[in-house]
Amino acid sequence: MIFVTVGHQMPFDRLVMAVDAWAGRAGRADLFAQVGDAKYEPSHMEWVRSMSGQEFRDRVADAELVVAHAGTGTILTALELGTPILVMPRFAQLRETRNDHQIATARRFHELGKVSLAKDEQELSGVLDRLAEIRSGPRIPAEASAELIDVVRGFIFGLNQSI
Amino acid sequence: MSRTNDRKPRVLAVSSGGGHWVELLRLAPAFTDCDMAYVTVVSDYRDQIPSSARFHTVVDVTRWNKLKWLLCAAQLARIIAKERPAFVITTGAMPGYLACRIAKVLGAKVAWLDSIANVEELSRSGQLAGRFVDLWLTQWPHLADSNGPEYRGAVL
Repeated sequence: MIFVTVGHQMPFDRLVMAVDAWAGRAGRADLFAQVGDAKYEPSHMEWVRSMSGQEFRDRVADAELVVAHAGTGTILTALELGTPILVMPRFAQLRETRNDHQIATARRFHELGKVSLAKDEQELSGVLDRLAEIRSGPRIPAEASAELIDVVRGFIFGLNQSI
Repeated sequence: MSRTNDRKPRVLAVSSGGGHWVELLRLAPAFTDCDMAYVTVVSDYRDQIPSSARFHTVVDVTRWNKLKWLLCAAQLARIIAKERPAFVITTGAMPGYLACRIAKVLGAKVAWLDSIANVEELSRSGQLAGRFVDLWLTQWPHLADSNGPEYRGAVL
């Protein structure tokens, strides 16, 4: 199963339409999409508007690939569960988000070898055509780095010298 | 409130939805032996925190909608008055900022962890929070600055 997700906050029809079109062309019937408050209704994928946090995790865990907006919640979940993830950033200019932070997030996580990246719909289709080449990034633990945990703990329990 | 809980530091962990919430949950080991309450914007997140923790929701708010600001601030003020946290930790965004402002006035120590999504510059709310928070963190080394936030690790 390929799991397509746009997160809970805003729709992202450009992503949903591009993956739906690819699914039709590629003849794949095993895609499942969470589309939010989308205007576009997919015709080649099963879809829902939203799902619970647990169902989201289950879908990511079961998927061979996650195709998503460049949201850190989705990226962190995929990395934790060891599922390869392909991200396409939202553009503020198209009113898909409030600012262009997803472009930088996607680029940086891609440079770190943690996600596959498609800048736009054309690239997305091309990357999906080479699906077998998409690898997952190194799996991450379910919790923050030990250093950060220590800093927050030190803040609460008064052990941190620098505060 | 039991006596045991009275001795544990009382912590309010605050975040908006999506990535902010996922990042906050990844800090959970830091909250062992704390008397925890969480504040977020999606009621469905209740089942992702320990059953011993209290859970509150507020309306989600962005920079532009002033009316929602007021509502969110009022909800947070009520929660903070009830919880009386000694510490507030937030991963942003605007509801976390408002929670820090209110809790700070009421004497809490407050910590801001800017989301890992902010790669090129600190979030607007994070920049504003930097003026008054007790611990100010970015998750990207290149955004750390002697007059700005510290880098002390990341949520991954």
